[in-house]
Amino acid sequence: MGAKKWIAMLLAGGQGSRLGELTIGLAKPAVPFGGKYRIIDFPLSNCTHSGIDTVGVLTQYQPLILNDYVGNGKAWDLDLDVGGVSVLPPYQGKEGGEWYKGTANAVYQNIQYIDNYDPEHVLILSGDHIYKMDYSKMLDYHIEKNAEATIAVIQVPWQEASRFGIMNTNDDDKVTQFDEKPKYPKSNLASMGVYLFNWKTLRRYLINDEKDATSSNDFGSNIIPKMLEDRKKLYAYRFNDYWKDVGTVESLWQAHMDLLEEKPNFQLDDQQWKIFARNANHPPQYISSDAEVSQSLINEGCMIHGKIEHSVLSYNVQVGYGSTIKDSVIMPNVTIGENVHIERSIIASNCIIENGAVVGNSAVTSDITLIGENQTIINPNKKKITLN
Amino acid sequence: MENVLGIINLINEKQHLKELTAHRNVASVPFGGRYRLIDFTMSNFINADVSKVAVFPKEKYLSVMDHLGSGKEWNLDRRSGGLHILPPIHPDEKVTGDMKQFYDHLSFFERAEADTVIISPGCHVCKLDFNEVLDYHKKHKADITVVYKDYVGELIEKPIYNTCSVDSDEDITDISFYTIPKPGDHVCLETFVISKALLVNLIKSCVASGEYDFLKDAVKANLHRFTVKGYNFTGDMPFIHSIESFHSSNMNFLNPTVIRSFFGDTWDVYTKIKHEAPTKYSRSSKVTNSLIANGCVIEGTVENSILFRGVKVKKGAIIRNSIIMQKGEIEEDAIVENIITDKEVKITSEKTVIGLNQPTVIKKAEVI
Repeated sequence: MGAKKWIAMLLAGGQGSRLGELTIGLAKPAVPFGGKYRIIDFPLSNCTHSGIDTVGVLTQYQPLILNDYVGNGKAWDLDLDVGGVSVLPPYQGKEGGEWYKGTANAVYQNIQYIDNYDPEHVLILSGDHIYKMDYSKMLDYHIEKNAEATIAVIQVPWQEASRFGIMNTNDDDKVTQFDEKPKYPKSNLASMGVYLFNWKTLRRYLINDEKDATSSNDFGSNIIPKMLEDRKKLYAYRFNDYWKDVGTVESLWQAHMDLLEEKPNFQLDDQQWKIFARNANHPPQYISSDAEVSQSLINEGCMIHGKIEHSVLSYNVQVGYGSTIKDSVIMPNVTIGENVHIERSIIASNCIIENGAVVGNSAVTSDITLIGENQTIINPNKKKITLN
Repeated sequence: MENVLGIINLINEKQHLKELTAHRNVASVPFGGRYRLIDFTMSNFINADVSKVAVFPKEKYLSVMDHLGSGKEWNLDRRSGGLHILPPIHPDEKVTGDMKQFYDHLSFFERAEADTVIISPGCHVCKLDFNEVLDYHKKHKADITVVYKDYVGELIEKPIYNTCSVDSDEDITDISFYTIPKPGDHVCLETFVISKALLVNLIKSCVASGEYDFLKDAVKANLHRFTVKGYNFTGDMPFIHSIESFHSSNMNFLNPTVIRSFFGDTWDVYTKIKHEAPTKYSRSSKVTNSLIANGCVIEGTVENSILFRGVKVKKGAIIRNSIIMQKGEIEEDAIVENIITDKEVKITSEKTVIGLNQPTVIKKAEVI
């Protein structure tokens, strides 16, 4: 097998517990996004566009939907004989096996997979963010700087900097210090969770990290600080485009609302950088004579008889007569009856909202209402019909 | 379905869709917002689990090859079976008939592991259950089964349909060529079930005696020799034979009942995936009674219309009773009524285009 220039390892094992009921039955990277996609489509499409043809997807928490979705990778043109996409759950070897203990340990347990391709560089990605990024530019930068590791960073507002892993750098953007969620940040360059390593160096650090019983085996908390301690050449690569962490119900909702701006900062319909997704086959959407649709994104298979205002509707959503959906995100296969009112809500896949039901709170100060998968919401005022 | 070879026969296509078939074959004509006509036949094969399908195009087949690709959208990128496109092997020679082109690819038939062949054209918009047709074929111990449908619709101008006579035993007793069918006449859907062995024999014997037409020289000529049965297809299927009927059969899909009956949960119609984003409706969009594919950006008014993938409708533009094919652009304050625009047409701002007595076609990539 010929050596690969670089390969990517996508950390997709996290639960994403801050997404509440959305991640009961599926891992965070499998959460639907943007009316058509799942979060993992963004890093996978970035890989395709950046010319990365080998991606290991490390799964652990609720992997079934994710495994099935990634499949053989053909949606992302990653169905190759050598390389392509491989789903890598924890496995048993001769010495036994164990769960992935942390992000670094997950990659450590797959050293053999990476060695198979003998890559010069390994890109570590996470499945938590919405962004379009050409990783090949980061690789050029990494080579130009003769770095041993390069960490993609984005400038965040100073007041939010203490929520992120912050990179302190010198004038040349060489990383001098890494502060995980600092109380008093010295910089506003936040790590995007995108790391590029020279494989030989990373391999050594992973093995040593594994021997350290006190380590939590995490890239951010252990590997990066250790490399800095050893005065390795680490560089920050500045990314200046849209990047959104969608790890909470609020941020997931906000990222959807961002898409609805007249001139959004993040466009899904960029012909030069299409976001690939495993497509289910659905007919075009039907907007009936009684429907009113404004400032919304609607996907195939939808049948709309009601009023849709400033919302994102995923595929196969049915909306009955007299219903209103405002400032909301409706995930696939949701059936909404007649005279329903939904506002400031996220409705997860396969829910049924019965005639006359009301979901959500219109006050802008209120929390976003989340209805988890497969639920039926009834109209509380509905008279019970009893059969004799 | 085990041991069935599907043939999509495009050799006998008739060019009655005028401008829409100027640069493409009939099978590649866009339909229903995101499909091509051939998608319906392809999907009929896939939904019947036929995993080996060969397409026989005659001419202008670049778009059909581009559309079908490796067949992966239909799960036909298989090691065994899969999709085969078998064009004429002597492109300079005039194609004399479908049997000649089958003969030129005779080894393909001989090598195929199938023992039954289903032949169907690529132009019918219908959900035809080939398993049912095959069961019928077996039950009646037919040598050849001919699928027909009773004509419904207005009077056709040109004689373009072949009709068949069927007796009370469902035997085909006669076939008439190029007729103008009256409502209720049995229009032959050019769809057949036949054993591979018999088909191969007929291909050889017809070509040896200078006969090249499957329906005329293999079926009609042998009505007395073989058991030829008629299968009456009673499902929905528009007869598309003109620009008007093309327009009206598209418009039939502006109806939730029709949409559900064609694209229900158990029957997918597959087509080429374009990875378009969901359609974006702006603050100023007004859309009613319309079928909209993905990748559109709508800022204007759309009424009783069908928009294909990637159509842009700018502010103040009005589209009524029209079909806008892929990547059409209707600019600010333009008015489009009773029009079919082929792919990539641009109607510039403030222009008005109206099809007066009948829907008018605007040719591919034209700018008005």
